[in-house]
Amino acid sequence: MHRFANPARFMRLSQTVLPWLAAATVVLLALGLVLALVVAPPDYQQGESVRIMFVHVPAAWMAMCAYTSLAAASAAALIWRHPLAEIAAEEAAPLGATFTGLCLVSGSLWGQPMWGTWWAWDARMTSVLVLFFLYLGYMALLHAFDDPTRGRRAAAILALVGFVNVPIIKFSVDWWNTLHQPASVLRMGGPTIDPSILWPLLVMGLAFTLLFATLLIVRMRAALIERKIRVLDAAASGALG
Amino acid sequence: MTGFKALLLRDLHLAFRQGGDGAMAVIFFVLAALLFPFGLGPEPEALARDAVGIVWVMALLASLLALDRLFQGDWEDGSLDLMALSPLPLELVVLAKALGHWLVSGLPLLIAAPIVASMLQFDPAGLPRLVLALALGTPTLSLLGAVGAALTLGARRAAVLVSLLVLPLEIPILIFGVAAADPAATGDGATQIMLLGALLALALPLCPWAAAAALRQALD
Repeated sequence: MHRFANPARFMRLSQTVLPWLAAATVVLLALGLVLALVVAPPDYQQGESVRIMFVHVPAAWMAMCAYTSLAAASAAALIWRHPLAEIAAEEAAPLGATFTGLCLVSGSLWGQPMWGTWWAWDARMTSVLVLFFLYLGYMALLHAFDDPTRGRRAAAILALVGFVNVPIIKFSVDWWNTLHQPASVLRMGGPTIDPSILWPLLVMGLAFTLLFATLLIVRMRAALIERKIRVLDAAASGALG
Repeated sequence: MTGFKALLLRDLHLAFRQGGDGAMAVIFFVLAALLFPFGLGPEPEALARDAVGIVWVMALLASLLALDRLFQGDWEDGSLDLMALSPLPLELVVLAKALGHWLVSGLPLLIAAPIVASMLQFDPAGLPRLVLALALGTPTLSLLGAVGAALTLGARRAAVLVSLLVLPLEIPILIFGVAAADPAATGDGATQIMLLGALLALALPLCPWAAAAALRQALD
């Protein structure tokens, strides 16, 4: 792993990988949207509005996946002082927050016709809302210090403390029998969704994952370039001043 | 152990000499809780239904009041560096400070809460359960608050930031605490009390560990 701690190597690697990743993202998103909006059959109970699921569920998966990546990167940054891990954690947080927001909003839009309410205080929705606030708290802590290194280290600890929420979200529908439906994909005994709806869902899930990876790499490259600019700026003003 | 006791006694002495923080937390708790009859209307049934929730939310907010000053005074005058270098592990330093915070602002809450709850028309039969739930929940609030205080040491707007960081993590305590003492709930609330105890048992080793790691980052 320390081979990849070199930012220059990361820039070279990501430059070759990024076009392919972006292309794969576009292709899979297009495929997924066609499958979800056109090919998948309407639900016998919910009709066409079941198609919101093809955005809502992958967004939820990515919200938790992004937080897990955030926590893993924070652990790597704290334990091994891995320089790229710090940047990865910092750049993953806004992406994760956006996915969580998308999950909450799409869930509300789905809940209104289905459950008759925009919001309910059930276990999973409450813990996803807590996840959203954990993301916001992480980003606030990151920028709350004059010394950016101190901000990154403190935020890394916060990310690890908050990681306890992710298993709670996953198992909340098993532990509390409230409004949100129980697990139907990742569960003991295999998925309970019909393949004609499961496959578009998995394609959309993969597309969202690739989207997250693409955007994360773009942001990390931008962060590294920004650092270089700051160093050059400081050197230039130092040379002139 | 002598170091732990010395640190705890020092914190308690400082708190009583300054007089402000602990008493302020309780006064804020009482005052803010008593705003609700003005806001919600004085009908006894409506107030009685909301009393548990009001008491618990105010307990959460009152515990946040003195948090940003938990480590700040010592950090600013250099005592925190000495504490980090002392033979007492930094985790026990955090535990001593969290215990001091609880003794000064959490324990008086256990006395004020039944009074406030009664003024909010809470059914007196449910008061022992409320006090028990608060007795198990408020130490966890102090411990989580210590983590937040350690993370925000030296940050801009630390007071507000602590609230933003700590309140989402305290939501489970709020949920179980209200469920434990809620007179309208079926059952005797024993499960929720045990869950509150479990959260406290979880927080006792983990929160000092996280807070000590955060303090080491601050002292670097």
